[in-house]
Amino acid sequence: MSTLTVNGISKSFYGVKAVQGVSFEIGPGQIMALIGPNGAGKSTCFNMLNGQLRPDTGSVTFGGHDITGSAPSEIWRHGVGRTFQIAQTFGSMTVRENVQMVLHSVNRRLWGLWSPLMAGYAAEADELLEAVGMQEQADRACCVLAYGDVKRLELAMALANRPRLLLMDEPTAGMAPKERNELMSLTARLVTERGLSVLFTEHSVDVVFEHANTVVVMSRGQLIARGTPEEIREDPLVQEVYLGSGAFLETSGIGQ
Amino acid sequence: MKNSICRAAMVFTLALWPLGHALADSIRIGEMSSYSANPQSTDAYRKGWELAVKEINAAGGVLGKPLEVISRDDTGKPDAGLRAAQELVTNEKVALLTGTYLSHVAVAVADFANTNKIFFLVGQPQSDALVWERGNRYTFRLFNSNRSQVLALAKMAAELPAKRWATIAPNYEFGQSAVAGFRQELQRLRPDVEFVNEQWPALGKLEAGATVQAMIAARPDAVFNATFGADLAKFVREGNMRGLFEGREVFSVLTGLPEYLEPLGNEAPAGWIVTGYPAEQVDTPAHKAFRDAYEKAYGLSPKVGSLIGYSEMQAIKAIIEKAGSTDTEALIAAARGVKFETPVGPLTFRPQDHQSTFGFFIGKLAVENGKGKMVDWKFYDGADYQLPDDVVKTLRPHAATQ
Amino acid sequence: MYDASTLFVQLLNGLSYSSTLFLVASGLALIFGVSKIVNFAHGSFYMLGAYVALTVISIMPNTAYGFWGGVLIAALIVGVVGCLIEVTILRRIYSAPEVFQILVTFGLVLVFQNLIFEFWGPDEVLAPRVPGLRGAVTIFGERIPQYNIVLIFVGPIFLGLLWWLTHRTRWGRLIRAATQDREMVASLGVNQTTLFTVVFFIGTFLAGLAGALQIPKESANLQMDINIVVDAFVIVVIGGMGSILGAFLAAVLVGVINAFGVLFFPQAVSVLIFLVMVLILIFRPNGLMGGRLIPQRPSDLSIDQPFRPQSRRAQQATLAVILALALLPLLAPIYVEVMMTEVFILAIFASSLHFLLSVGGIVSFGHAAYYGLGSYAAALVATRLGLPMGAGIVAAMLAAALGGVVFGWFCTRLRGVYLAMLTLAFAQILHALSVQMVSFTGGDNGIVGLARPAWLNSHVAYYYLALGAVVVATYLMRRALYAPFGYAFRSGRDSLPRSAAIGINVAFIQWGAFVLAGAFAGLAGALMAYHRGSVFPTDFSVATTVDALVMVLVGGVQSVSGPLIGALGYHIVSVELIRNLSDYWRLILGIFIILFVLKMPQGIVGAFMGRFGKGER
Repeated sequence: MSTLTVNGISKSFYGVKAVQGVSFEIGPGQIMALIGPNGAGKSTCFNMLNGQLRPDTGSVTFGGHDITGSAPSEIWRHGVGRTFQIAQTFGSMTVRENVQMVLHSVNRRLWGLWSPLMAGYAAEADELLEAVGMQEQADRACCVLAYGDVKRLELAMALANRPRLLLMDEPTAGMAPKERNELMSLTARLVTERGLSVLFTEHSVDVVFEHANTVVVMSRGQLIARGTPEEIREDPLVQEVYLGSGAFLETSGIGQ
Repeated sequence: MKNSICRAAMVFTLALWPLGHALADSIRIGEMSSYSANPQSTDAYRKGWELAVKEINAAGGVLGKPLEVISRDDTGKPDAGLRAAQELVTNEKVALLTGTYLSHVAVAVADFANTNKIFFLVGQPQSDALVWERGNRYTFRLFNSNRSQVLALAKMAAELPAKRWATIAPNYEFGQSAVAGFRQELQRLRPDVEFVNEQWPALGKLEAGATVQAMIAARPDAVFNATFGADLAKFVREGNMRGLFEGREVFSVLTGLPEYLEPLGNEAPAGWIVTGYPAEQVDTPAHKAFRDAYEKAYGLSPKVGSLIGYSEMQAIKAIIEKAGSTDTEALIAAARGVKFETPVGPLTFRPQDHQSTFGFFIGKLAVENGKGKMVDWKFYDGADYQLPDDVVKTLRPHAATQ
Repeated sequence: MYDASTLFVQLLNGLSYSSTLFLVASGLALIFGVSKIVNFAHGSFYMLGAYVALTVISIMPNTAYGFWGGVLIAALIVGVVGCLIEVTILRRIYSAPEVFQILVTFGLVLVFQNLIFEFWGPDEVLAPRVPGLRGAVTIFGERIPQYNIVLIFVGPIFLGLLWWLTHRTRWGRLIRAATQDREMVASLGVNQTTLFTVVFFIGTFLAGLAGALQIPKESANLQMDINIVVDAFVIVVIGGMGSILGAFLAAVLVGVINAFGVLFFPQAVSVLIFLVMVLILIFRPNGLMGGRLIPQRPSDLSIDQPFRPQSRRAQQATLAVILALALLPLLAPIYVEVMMTEVFILAIFASSLHFLLSVGGIVSFGHAAYYGLGSYAAALVATRLGLPMGAGIVAAMLAAALGGVVFGWFCTRLRGVYLAMLTLAFAQILHALSVQMVSFTGGDNGIVGLARPAWLNSHVAYYYLALGAVVVATYLMRRALYAPFGYAFRSGRDSLPRSAAIGINVAFIQWGAFVLAGAFAGLAGALMAYHRGSVFPTDFSVATTVDALVMVLVGGVQSVSGPLIGALGYHIVSVELIRNLSDYWRLILGIFIILFVLKMPQGIVGAFMGRFGKGER
């Protein structure tokens, strides 16, 4: 059974069709990359899944729930975690507090006025930090972390509500090649350990072909190909689309 | 850094501690006014009381001791006024408090005087509440009350044929009580009068063009004005240009005061019936002596603030002399009914409401040599324009009459 | 009820007023658009323009050329002064948070007031009528001064000039580009520093011009600055921050509504402009022409350090300080007790502001609203219902919390400067109501005669009450700050997208914070009301808010104990300045505030901790 089912979603802005009738499915254990040249509609498509945008037509179901046009927090409650292109963490808290914050929200304990946040869910937070290898930095201020560590922290935060799906928007943007590989290997490990599936958008071809096990390709608002990295690499249509933009065949990715 | 913080803390602490720098054996007067917030008027007021203190001390002081005035800026805010009062009383050990410029500061300090049992002589604030609804037994007021001037103006207005009146006043206590008092008295005397337009600009923010036009559109026969300062200048200029004042009588409070008349120059609205202070023309011996001394000391002609500041110290001198000491109870007993001399003649404080009999000038504006001046003016004795005693009794809190 | 000719003439009057508003507001919008500086001193440049013009025109020949030439020269002089200030002061705070900019420019307001008083003296001065435009023209039987007709065209002319400047010149295009994206302009290799200086010149030139053009209508006076600046801000907010066309539309709207307001609702004129603003912001949260306000990147003031709970040593030190304060009345004279009582009360007020500002990043620029609601609720409950002090304090906290519910509902829909201005608008509306509803609030004269219970009558007893209140209130706010609620509130400040993604309803949390902070500000208001025995409309004033902001700043925005230290330091410094240096206190206080932001933005506690490292902030 699939985790996420996207069924014919479309979106236009001022009459311009950004996404037209895109459908795909993600099953457990899949690490799916959503790629395409600039302006292909990846971001729009992605934002319709995480609740930023409401599709004009079509539906999105997740684990049996219709989440079409639901608010981001609702989608999150159903078990979809996400990371942002520019990591979004709470800069003025310590690493552990960042995770504790999420855990308090998971358990709907945001309105507590008395007992300190620090005292709540500390063990759970440490466990999550350990999973991403951040336990040693738990007491550091988030704003002094290296960017790669911020990304790992963000991952820990995304895992706090035990999601079954992770949406990662350009997870490796702005990172050095070594950091990229570490982050994606970590992601892959978490997928196996926790029975997750992952959908990510990505510019870097290296990352896509090394870490994804399924790739979907968009062009001009439509899904034009779907398959394993190898199939996609050979796909003539994809090659044609990318030759136009000239970026695809370069082996080094396009960092931000 | 740590050292500098420590040092700063020490400086603070020391600054707060009272220092014994009093003149040996003087009578200490605590004085405050809105010096920084309303320098237009309070500057002259300070010069006035400084002149009086100099004269009094040159003539041997009071009860054989010199007067020493400790002056504070109340910044136009009740909080600061209260703080100054507290500090003057507890740190400077003053015998009594006096001054203030704005009514609400005076109200606050009067309340302070009441709870702390200290004598307070209000100088210039004219709010009626100070001697009536909010009067108390520790507070006396030197200048005339808003109501007394307005009563006199309304009496004159009642003799005109005008039936349709428009009013304009700043939207706060002074303006509201001026309009209410005028309206009440005029309608009492002339039940056929109606008020067809009332304009209430925020103080200092009159948009004169549109406001004057709105008043013209209501087609009044006559106008009552209580704006002053910058609002007045705007109102007069627009009113002149748009013809609001043509063929209409205008009654106006404060407009004849030098500080408001001078900026208008040759545009001073001739024909307005105004209250004010024709300092240059009052030639009674007492006033002439005051004016000459003031001009000699400062090279300026006196403003109404100067007159009040000067009279304030004369009143304090008389009260202390009559009391024979600076004991608060003695001061209160002495102040009730005390007689004292001022440039505008002898005055007293009415025992029933602690209001002085300070009078007021009403006259007609005219323009001479490019400057506005009051002509055909008359001095009205404040004693004749007070509320009847039984009304005062109902207005004033019982404790204030003890 | 009015004929068409009256209405038409009234429209012209409104348009004439709009021109003045537009000139001031367009300069403000321009400066904000490019430099993102919230220039509270803009009114001071306007006032300076009026005074300089008076002097210049008095030495020019009394002809039309003399007048208009004089106006232009005066505006140029003001522009040059603006440049000097930009170069020496404002340049240093471009990346600082809004609240610092507001405070620095407020310091400038104080400095200008004092200096203009020194140069020109206290008297109000009205300029002569303009040569060639001394008369009036008759339109539909109504007379309108010629000068006002000319003014009607000044607004559109300058709108056109600004349009030409920003669309047809290289500098202008850069200005426009910078309004949209500052970094992009920097990357184009443009000298940003010069660009900002030029923009500040134009902006202050326009303010000076507006002031100079005002003197044939209004005597130059020392209250001009404050009287115009709030209106100018309201117009810029209605128009959309940074939009010149928006400022024009808003100026026309406000000018015309005001003109018809005096015709139909003269009683409400002083609150009309704020009601217009509230209405517009409900339907268009970014103003008429405003785009989305891009949140400013965090400043370089190292404000992102986490709050740390007190170490054991710090706790011991706190206890020692409380003990020392408890013993103070044994040694200190009454005046010291009274001052410290005020410090304690103001510390509660400043702490409540600190909670919104530092924890949640919300610039509550109308925080006096809650303080005033508290003081008035206490006073009304005591004098109208005759209830005891305890009931008054409960009522005060409830009233202020209710204020938080109402204002928070509007304000949490907005961000940054819009939010700051909307909070200001609410405080101004309450201020106007407290002045005008004389039968209910006592008007300007406030409410006096709040009696404390007998056991609290002495200064010492009230000192202990205030000390107890500040300890308890600070402790409760501290608990809230370290509790999940405080962290959730901080989440919204740190990262909106992340907060939304993890199910934190930021607006809702902020709403709760408004209520909480409001209640504590109300407590401070009530305690002050009983301390003074009286309440006054000044409780709602901008100055009351600014005092609290300066206290937070002086103590250190990012320090939990900052408001306490700040209240102590600032209150005593300002009171002592006023007491001892009556003629120059504004100048000195203004310079003090400016230097503080420039040299010690982390505040006393922040500087102390920065120096000595770790531990509680």
